[in-house]
Amino acid sequence: MHPMPHDISDPARSRWGAALIGIAIMAGVDEIIFHQVLGWHHFYDLSTPAVGLLSDGLLHSAELIALVAGFFMLLDLRRRNALAAAWVWAGFFIGMGGFQLFDGIIDHKVLRLHQIRYGVNLLPYDVAWNLTGLVLLLVGIVLLGRARSTAATNLSVD
Amino acid sequence: MLVPLSVVASLLIPYLVAVVRQKRSDRHWNYWRTVSFVAGTVLLFVALSPPLANVSHHDLRAHMLQHILIGMLAPLGLVAGAPLTLAFRTLPVRISRLITTTLHHRLVHWLIHPVSAFLSNIGGMYLLYLTPLYALTLTNPYLHYFMHLHFLVAGCLFTWAIAGPDPAPGRPGMRTRLIVVFLSIAAHATLGKLMYIYLWPHGTLHSAHEIRAAAQFMYYGGDFAELLLVVALFATWYRRQGHHHSILQQRGKRLNQPLASA
Repeated sequence: MHPMPHDISDPARSRWGAALIGIAIMAGVDEIIFHQVLGWHHFYDLSTPAVGLLSDGLLHSAELIALVAGFFMLLDLRRRNALAAAWVWAGFFIGMGGFQLFDGIIDHKVLRLHQIRYGVNLLPYDVAWNLTGLVLLLVGIVLLGRARSTAATNLSVD
Repeated sequence: MLVPLSVVASLLIPYLVAVVRQKRSDRHWNYWRTVSFVAGTVLLFVALSPPLANVSHHDLRAHMLQHILIGMLAPLGLVAGAPLTLAFRTLPVRISRLITTTLHHRLVHWLIHPVSAFLSNIGGMYLLYLTPLYALTLTNPYLHYFMHLHFLVAGCLFTWAIAGPDPAPGRPGMRTRLIVVFLSIAAHATLGKLMYIYLWPHGTLHSAHEIRAAAQFMYYGGDFAELLLVVALFATWYRRQGHHHSILQQRGKRLNQPLASA
Protein backbone atom coordinates (compact mmCIF):
# COMPACT_ATOMS: atom_id res chain seq x y z
CA MET A 1 0.00 0.00 0.00
CA HIS A 2 1.18 3.50 -0.82
CA PRO A 3 1.95 5.59 2.23
CA MET A 4 -0.54 8.37 2.74
CA PRO A 5 0.98 11.81 2.95
CA HIS A 6 -1.27 12.40 5.95
CA ASP A 7 -1.60 10.98 9.42
CA ILE A 8 2.07 10.09 9.70
CA SER A 9 3.72 11.72 12.68
CA ASP A 10 6.70 13.85 11.83
CA PRO A 11 9.12 13.84 14.81
CA ALA A 12 11.84 15.91 13.11
CA ARG A 13 9.60 18.81 12.17
CA SER A 14 7.73 18.60 15.51
CA ARG A 15 11.07 18.94 17.30
CA TRP A 16 12.34 21.75 15.10
CA GLY A 17 9.16 23.82 15.21
CA ALA A 18 9.05 23.56 19.02
CA ALA A 19 12.78 24.33 19.33
CA LEU A 20 12.27 27.57 17.39
CA ILE A 21 9.48 28.54 19.79
CA GLY A 22 11.65 27.60 22.79
CA ILE A 23 14.53 29.77 21.55
CA ALA A 24 12.25 32.74 20.89
CA ILE A 25 10.43 32.44 24.23
CA MET A 26 13.67 32.22 26.23
CA ALA A 27 15.01 35.26 24.39
CA GLY A 28 11.76 37.09 25.03
CA VAL A 29 11.79 36.16 28.73
CA ASP A 30 15.38 37.41 29.08
CA GLU A 31 14.47 40.66 27.40
CA ILE A 32 11.29 41.23 29.40
CA ILE A 33 12.55 40.20 32.85
CA PHE A 34 16.14 41.46 32.90
CA HIS A 35 15.74 44.43 30.64
CA GLN A 36 12.20 45.71 31.17
CA VAL A 37 11.23 44.56 34.68
CA LEU A 38 14.53 44.50 36.58
CA GLY A 39 16.33 47.09 34.43
CA TRP A 40 19.68 45.30 34.94
CA HIS A 41 20.81 46.24 31.48
CA HIS A 42 19.40 49.07 29.48
CA PHE A 43 18.02 49.81 26.05
CA TYR A 44 21.54 50.83 25.21
CA ASP A 45 24.70 50.41 27.28
CA LEU A 46 27.61 52.71 26.65
CA SER A 47 29.76 49.59 26.62
CA THR A 48 27.93 48.25 23.55
CA PRO A 49 30.36 48.25 20.62
CA ALA A 50 29.07 49.37 17.21
CA VAL A 51 29.07 45.81 15.93
CA GLY A 52 27.02 44.82 18.99
CA LEU A 53 24.33 47.22 17.90
CA LEU A 54 23.95 45.52 14.54
CA SER A 55 24.24 41.99 15.96
CA ASP A 56 21.59 42.88 18.57
CA GLY A 57 19.29 43.95 15.75
CA LEU A 58 19.91 40.77 13.77
CA LEU A 59 19.43 38.56 16.83
CA HIS A 60 16.25 40.40 17.75
CA SER A 61 14.93 39.95 14.23
CA ALA A 62 15.79 36.24 14.21
CA GLU A 63 13.90 35.74 17.52
CA LEU A 64 10.78 37.42 16.20
CA ILE A 65 10.79 35.32 13.03
CA ALA A 66 11.62 32.10 14.94
CA LEU A 67 8.57 32.57 17.16
CA VAL A 68 6.16 32.92 14.23
CA ALA A 69 7.87 30.27 12.08
CA GLY A 70 7.75 27.74 14.93
CA PHE A 71 4.04 28.29 15.58
CA PHE A 72 3.14 27.98 11.91
CA MET A 73 5.24 24.81 11.52
CA LEU A 74 3.37 23.20 14.44
CA LEU A 75 0.01 24.43 13.10
CA ASP A 76 0.78 22.85 9.74
CA LEU A 77 1.74 19.56 11.41
CA ARG A 78 -1.42 19.55 13.50
CA ARG A 79 -3.55 20.15 10.42
CA ARG A 80 -2.27 16.95 8.81
CA ASN A 81 -2.23 14.97 12.09
CA ALA A 82 1.56 14.77 12.04
CA LEU A 83 2.21 16.52 15.34
CA ALA A 84 4.22 14.32 17.73
CA ALA A 85 3.61 15.75 21.20
CA ALA A 86 6.49 13.99 22.99
CA TRP A 87 8.97 15.37 20.46
CA VAL A 88 7.41 18.83 20.69
CA TRP A 89 8.17 19.06 24.43
CA ALA A 90 11.68 17.72 23.96
CA GLY A 91 12.35 20.28 21.21
CA PHE A 92 10.86 23.10 23.27
CA PHE A 93 13.12 22.49 26.28
CA ILE A 94 16.21 21.91 24.14
CA GLY A 95 15.50 25.21 22.35
CA MET A 96 15.09 27.10 25.63
CA GLY A 97 18.15 25.57 27.33
CA GLY A 98 20.28 25.75 24.21
CA PHE A 99 19.56 29.43 23.74
CA GLN A 100 20.15 30.26 27.40
CA LEU A 101 23.53 28.51 27.35
CA PHE A 102 24.49 30.08 24.02
CA ASP A 103 23.56 33.52 25.33
CA GLY A 104 25.35 32.94 28.64
CA ILE A 105 28.58 31.54 27.19
CA ILE A 106 28.99 32.92 23.66
CA ASP A 107 27.22 36.32 23.91
CA HIS A 108 28.18 37.22 27.48
CA LYS A 109 31.60 35.60 27.89
CA VAL A 110 33.20 34.90 24.49
CA LEU A 111 31.93 37.87 22.44
CA ARG A 112 31.32 40.05 25.53
CA LEU A 113 28.40 41.77 23.79
CA HIS A 114 26.81 42.71 27.10
CA GLN A 115 26.64 41.43 30.68
CA ILE A 116 23.74 40.27 32.84
CA ARG A 117 24.15 43.10 35.31
CA TYR A 118 26.56 45.97 35.78
CA GLY A 119 28.50 47.15 38.83
CA VAL A 120 28.29 43.82 40.69
CA ASN A 121 30.35 40.67 41.04
CA LEU A 122 29.25 38.81 37.93
CA LEU A 123 30.25 35.29 38.94
CA PRO A 124 27.05 34.25 40.83
CA TYR A 125 24.93 35.74 38.05
CA ASP A 126 26.82 33.91 35.32
CA VAL A 127 26.70 30.64 37.24
CA ALA A 128 22.94 30.94 37.90
CA TRP A 129 22.30 31.92 34.27
CA ASN A 130 24.22 29.03 32.75
CA LEU A 131 22.97 26.50 35.32
CA THR A 132 19.39 27.41 34.39
CA GLY A 133 20.30 26.85 30.76
CA LEU A 134 21.95 23.53 31.55
CA VAL A 135 18.96 22.28 33.58
CA LEU A 136 16.53 23.21 30.79
CA LEU A 137 18.76 21.51 28.23
CA LEU A 138 19.02 18.35 30.37
CA VAL A 139 15.22 18.23 30.79
CA GLY A 140 14.98 18.46 27.01
CA ILE A 141 17.51 15.66 26.51
CA VAL A 142 15.66 13.39 28.99
CA LEU A 143 12.37 14.07 27.19
CA LEU A 144 14.08 13.34 23.88
CA GLY A 145 15.28 9.98 25.20
CA ARG A 146 11.76 9.14 26.39
CA ALA A 147 10.22 10.12 23.07
CA ARG A 148 12.77 7.90 21.31
CA SER A 149 12.11 4.86 23.49
CA THR A 150 8.33 5.30 23.19
CA ALA A 151 8.69 5.46 19.42
CA ALA A 152 10.83 2.30 19.49
CA THR A 153 8.30 0.33 21.61
CA ASN A 154 5.46 1.45 19.35
CA LEU A 155 7.38 0.17 16.35
CA SER A 156 8.07 -3.23 17.98
CA VAL A 157 4.38 -3.57 18.99
CA ASP A 158 3.35 -2.91 15.38
CA MET B 1 -10.01 67.66 8.79
CA LEU B 2 -10.41 68.00 5.02
CA VAL B 3 -7.14 66.28 4.09
CA PRO B 4 -7.57 63.09 6.18
CA LEU B 5 -11.24 62.80 5.20
CA SER B 6 -10.53 63.12 1.50
CA VAL B 7 -7.61 60.67 1.67
CA VAL B 8 -9.73 58.08 3.47
CA ALA B 9 -12.78 58.67 1.22
CA SER B 10 -10.72 58.30 -1.95
CA LEU B 11 -9.58 54.87 -0.77
CA LEU B 12 -12.70 53.63 0.98
CA ILE B 13 -15.50 54.67 -1.42
CA PRO B 14 -14.17 52.87 -4.54
CA TYR B 15 -13.39 49.78 -2.46
CA LEU B 16 -16.85 49.60 -0.89
CA VAL B 17 -18.58 50.28 -4.21
CA ALA B 18 -16.64 47.38 -5.73
CA VAL B 19 -17.53 45.09 -2.81
CA VAL B 20 -21.23 45.96 -3.18
CA ARG B 21 -21.00 45.13 -6.90
CA GLN B 22 -19.48 41.76 -6.05
CA LYS B 23 -22.39 41.00 -3.72
CA ARG B 24 -24.94 42.14 -6.32
CA SER B 25 -23.49 39.85 -8.96
CA ASP B 26 -23.47 37.00 -6.39
CA ARG B 27 -19.72 36.69 -6.37
CA HIS B 28 -18.04 35.72 -3.16
CA TRP B 29 -15.89 38.32 -1.47
CA ASN B 30 -14.26 37.38 1.84
CA TYR B 31 -15.81 39.44 4.61
CA TRP B 32 -12.45 39.68 6.44
CA ARG B 33 -10.85 41.38 3.44
CA THR B 34 -13.38 44.21 3.71
CA VAL B 35 -12.94 44.44 7.49
CA SER B 36 -9.19 44.60 7.09
CA PHE B 37 -9.29 47.31 4.42
CA VAL B 38 -11.71 49.43 6.45
CA ALA B 39 -9.47 49.02 9.52
CA GLY B 40 -6.51 50.20 7.43
CA THR B 41 -8.34 53.36 6.39
CA VAL B 42 -9.46 54.01 9.98
CA LEU B 43 -5.84 53.81 11.17
CA LEU B 44 -4.84 56.16 8.38
CA PHE B 45 -7.58 58.58 9.40
CA VAL B 46 -6.46 58.51 13.04
CA ALA B 47 -2.86 59.16 11.98
CA LEU B 48 -3.74 62.13 9.77
CA SER B 49 -6.51 63.69 11.84
CA PRO B 50 -5.86 67.00 13.65
CA PRO B 51 -5.43 65.79 17.26
CA LEU B 52 -2.43 63.68 16.34
CA ALA B 53 -1.20 65.64 13.31
CA ASN B 54 -1.03 68.91 15.23
CA VAL B 55 0.80 67.45 18.22
CA SER B 56 3.25 65.59 16.01
CA HIS B 57 4.57 68.87 14.71
CA HIS B 58 5.98 69.65 18.15
CA ASP B 59 6.35 66.23 19.72
CA LEU B 60 8.59 63.57 18.19
CA ARG B 61 6.76 60.81 20.08
CA ALA B 62 3.49 61.73 18.37
CA HIS B 63 5.32 61.88 15.04
CA MET B 64 6.61 58.36 15.68
CA LEU B 65 3.09 57.13 16.38
CA GLN B 66 2.04 58.69 13.08
CA HIS B 67 4.95 57.03 11.33
CA ILE B 68 4.05 53.59 12.71
CA LEU B 69 0.37 54.04 11.85
CA ILE B 70 0.88 55.41 8.31
CA GLY B 71 3.92 53.42 7.26
CA MET B 72 3.40 50.08 8.98
CA LEU B 73 -0.03 49.32 10.49
CA ALA B 74 -2.36 50.99 7.97
CA PRO B 75 -0.53 49.31 5.02
CA LEU B 76 -1.03 45.90 6.67
CA GLY B 77 -4.78 46.48 6.74
CA LEU B 78 -4.97 47.98 3.25
CA VAL B 79 -2.83 45.29 1.61
CA ALA B 80 -4.65 42.44 3.39
CA GLY B 81 -7.86 43.85 1.90
CA ALA B 82 -6.62 42.62 -1.52
CA PRO B 83 -7.61 45.85 -3.35
CA LEU B 84 -5.86 44.81 -6.56
CA THR B 85 -7.81 41.55 -6.83
CA LEU B 86 -11.01 43.48 -6.23
CA ALA B 87 -10.04 46.04 -8.87
CA PHE B 88 -9.33 43.31 -11.44
CA ARG B 89 -12.77 41.83 -10.83
CA THR B 90 -14.57 45.16 -11.02
CA LEU B 91 -12.80 47.29 -13.62
CA PRO B 92 -13.55 47.00 -17.35
CA VAL B 93 -11.45 44.32 -19.03
CA ARG B 94 -9.59 46.93 -21.06
CA ILE B 95 -8.28 48.71 -17.96
CA SER B 96 -7.54 45.48 -16.11
CA ARG B 97 -5.45 44.38 -19.08
CA LEU B 98 -3.61 47.67 -19.04
CA ILE B 99 -2.77 47.20 -15.34
CA THR B 100 -1.62 43.63 -15.97
CA THR B 101 0.62 44.69 -18.85
CA THR B 102 2.11 47.46 -16.74
CA LEU B 103 2.74 45.09 -13.83
CA HIS B 104 4.51 42.66 -16.14
CA HIS B 105 6.92 45.28 -17.41
CA ARG B 106 10.47 44.42 -16.39
CA LEU B 107 11.01 47.83 -14.84
CA VAL B 108 7.91 47.36 -12.66
CA HIS B 109 9.06 43.85 -11.64
CA TRP B 110 12.23 45.45 -10.46
CA LEU B 111 10.36 48.23 -8.66
CA ILE B 112 7.99 45.91 -6.77
CA HIS B 113 10.69 43.40 -5.85
CA PRO B 114 10.96 42.94 -2.04
CA VAL B 115 14.57 44.15 -2.07
CA SER B 116 13.80 47.47 -3.77
CA ALA B 117 10.65 47.88 -1.65
CA PHE B 118 12.83 47.29 1.41
CA LEU B 119 15.36 49.89 0.25
CA SER B 120 12.77 52.57 -0.42
CA ASN B 121 10.98 51.80 2.86
CA ILE B 122 13.83 51.45 5.38
CA GLY B 123 16.32 53.42 3.28
CA GLY B 124 13.86 56.30 3.25
CA MET B 125 13.70 56.22 7.06
CA TYR B 126 17.49 56.27 7.46
CA LEU B 127 17.60 59.20 5.03
CA LEU B 128 14.83 61.03 6.86
CA TYR B 129 16.03 60.67 10.44
CA LEU B 130 19.80 60.54 10.07
CA THR B 131 20.13 63.63 7.85
CA PRO B 132 18.85 67.24 8.15
CA LEU B 133 15.86 66.14 6.04
CA TYR B 134 13.56 65.69 9.04
CA ALA B 135 14.24 69.24 10.29
CA LEU B 136 13.35 70.50 6.80
CA THR B 137 9.98 68.70 6.82
CA LEU B 138 9.02 70.78 9.88
CA THR B 139 9.33 74.05 7.97
CA ASN B 140 8.45 73.07 4.41
CA PRO B 141 4.80 71.97 4.12
CA TYR B 142 5.28 70.28 0.70
CA LEU B 143 8.13 68.22 2.06
CA HIS B 144 5.96 67.41 5.05
CA TYR B 145 3.14 66.05 2.87
CA PHE B 146 5.63 64.20 0.71
CA MET B 147 7.11 62.51 3.80
CA HIS B 148 3.69 61.16 4.81
CA LEU B 149 2.90 60.09 1.26
CA HIS B 150 6.22 58.28 1.08
CA PHE B 151 5.55 56.51 4.39
CA LEU B 152 2.23 55.27 3.04
CA VAL B 153 3.33 54.31 -0.48
CA ALA B 154 6.61 52.68 0.56
CA GLY B 155 4.86 50.90 3.45
CA CYS B 156 2.15 49.50 1.18
CA LEU B 157 4.68 48.50 -1.49
CA PHE B 158 6.81 46.66 1.05
CA THR B 159 3.86 44.91 2.71
CA TRP B 160 2.47 43.88 -0.67
CA ALA B 161 5.86 42.62 -1.92
CA ILE B 162 6.38 40.55 1.25
CA ALA B 163 2.99 39.25 2.29
CA GLY B 164 0.21 40.60 0.09
CA PRO B 165 -2.65 38.30 -0.92
CA ASP B 166 -2.79 40.23 -4.20
CA PRO B 167 -0.69 38.88 -7.05
CA ALA B 168 2.68 40.56 -7.52
CA PRO B 169 4.35 39.57 -10.79
CA GLY B 170 7.95 38.54 -10.33
CA ARG B 171 7.56 38.14 -6.56
CA PRO B 172 10.30 35.79 -5.34
CA GLY B 173 9.76 32.74 -3.14
CA MET B 174 9.44 32.34 0.60
CA ARG B 175 13.17 32.17 1.28
CA THR B 176 14.04 35.51 -0.34
CA ARG B 177 11.07 37.21 1.28
CA LEU B 178 12.06 35.83 4.70
CA ILE B 179 15.62 37.11 4.29
CA VAL B 180 14.34 40.56 3.31
CA VAL B 181 11.97 40.69 6.32
CA PHE B 182 14.80 39.51 8.56
CA LEU B 183 17.07 42.35 7.37
CA SER B 184 14.23 44.84 7.51
CA ILE B 185 13.40 44.13 11.18
CA ALA B 186 17.10 44.30 12.10
CA ALA B 187 17.54 47.57 10.18
CA HIS B 188 14.49 49.11 11.84
CA ALA B 189 15.67 48.07 15.33
CA THR B 190 19.19 49.37 14.65
CA LEU B 191 17.81 52.71 13.43
CA GLY B 192 15.83 53.04 16.66
CA LYS B 193 19.00 52.47 18.70
CA LEU B 194 21.10 54.84 16.56
CA MET B 195 18.52 57.58 17.10
CA TYR B 196 18.51 56.81 20.82
CA ILE B 197 22.29 56.99 21.16
CA TYR B 198 23.14 59.89 18.85
CA LEU B 199 19.89 61.81 19.47
CA TRP B 200 18.83 61.98 15.85
CA PRO B 201 17.08 63.74 14.15
CA HIS B 202 19.40 66.70 14.68
CA GLY B 203 18.56 70.35 14.16
CA THR B 204 15.17 70.27 15.90
CA LEU B 205 13.85 71.68 19.17
CA HIS B 206 13.14 68.23 20.60
CA SER B 207 14.73 67.54 23.98
CA ALA B 208 17.08 64.58 24.46
CA HIS B 209 14.52 62.94 26.72
CA GLU B 210 11.84 63.25 24.04
CA ILE B 211 14.06 61.86 21.27
CA ARG B 212 15.03 58.88 23.44
CA ALA B 213 11.39 58.14 24.23
CA ALA B 214 10.49 58.44 20.53
CA ALA B 215 13.35 56.14 19.51
CA GLN B 216 12.26 53.49 22.01
CA PHE B 217 8.70 53.86 20.84
CA MET B 218 9.90 53.32 17.27
CA TYR B 219 11.77 50.20 18.38
CA TYR B 220 8.90 48.53 20.21
CA GLY B 221 6.08 49.84 18.04
CA GLY B 222 8.02 48.67 15.00
CA ASP B 223 8.38 45.26 16.64
CA PHE B 224 4.64 44.90 17.01
CA ALA B 225 3.96 45.90 13.39
CA GLU B 226 6.72 43.64 12.08
CA LEU B 227 5.45 40.73 14.14
CA LEU B 228 2.10 41.16 12.35
CA LEU B 229 3.90 41.32 8.99
CA VAL B 230 5.76 38.08 9.70
CA VAL B 231 2.45 36.46 10.72
CA ALA B 232 0.93 37.65 7.44
CA LEU B 233 3.87 36.20 5.50
CA PHE B 234 3.59 32.82 7.21
CA ALA B 235 -0.18 32.87 6.73
CA THR B 236 0.39 32.96 2.95
CA TRP B 237 2.83 30.05 3.36
CA TYR B 238 0.28 28.15 5.47
CA ARG B 239 -2.45 28.64 2.87
CA ARG B 240 -0.17 27.43 0.06
CA GLN B 241 0.91 24.40 2.11
CA GLY B 242 -2.79 23.61 2.60
CA HIS B 243 -3.33 23.48 -1.17
CA HIS B 244 -0.24 21.34 -1.49
CA HIS B 245 -1.48 18.85 1.14
CA SER B 246 -4.92 18.54 -0.39
CA ILE B 247 -3.39 17.81 -3.81
CA LEU B 248 -1.19 15.12 -2.24
CA GLN B 249 -4.19 13.66 -0.41
CA GLN B 250 -6.23 13.50 -3.62
CA ARG B 251 -3.37 11.67 -5.34
CA GLY B 252 -3.00 9.30 -2.40
CA LYS B 253 -6.72 8.43 -2.54
CA ARG B 254 -6.56 7.79 -6.26
CA LEU B 255 -3.52 5.56 -5.86
CA ASN B 256 -5.17 3.61 -3.06
CA GLN B 257 -8.49 3.06 -4.82
CA PRO B 258 -7.55 0.09 -7.04
CA LEU B 259 -6.07 -1.66 -4.02
CA ALA B 260 -9.17 -1.07 -1.93
CA SER B 261 -11.52 -2.41 -4.60
CA ALA B 262 -9.34 -5.44 -5.34
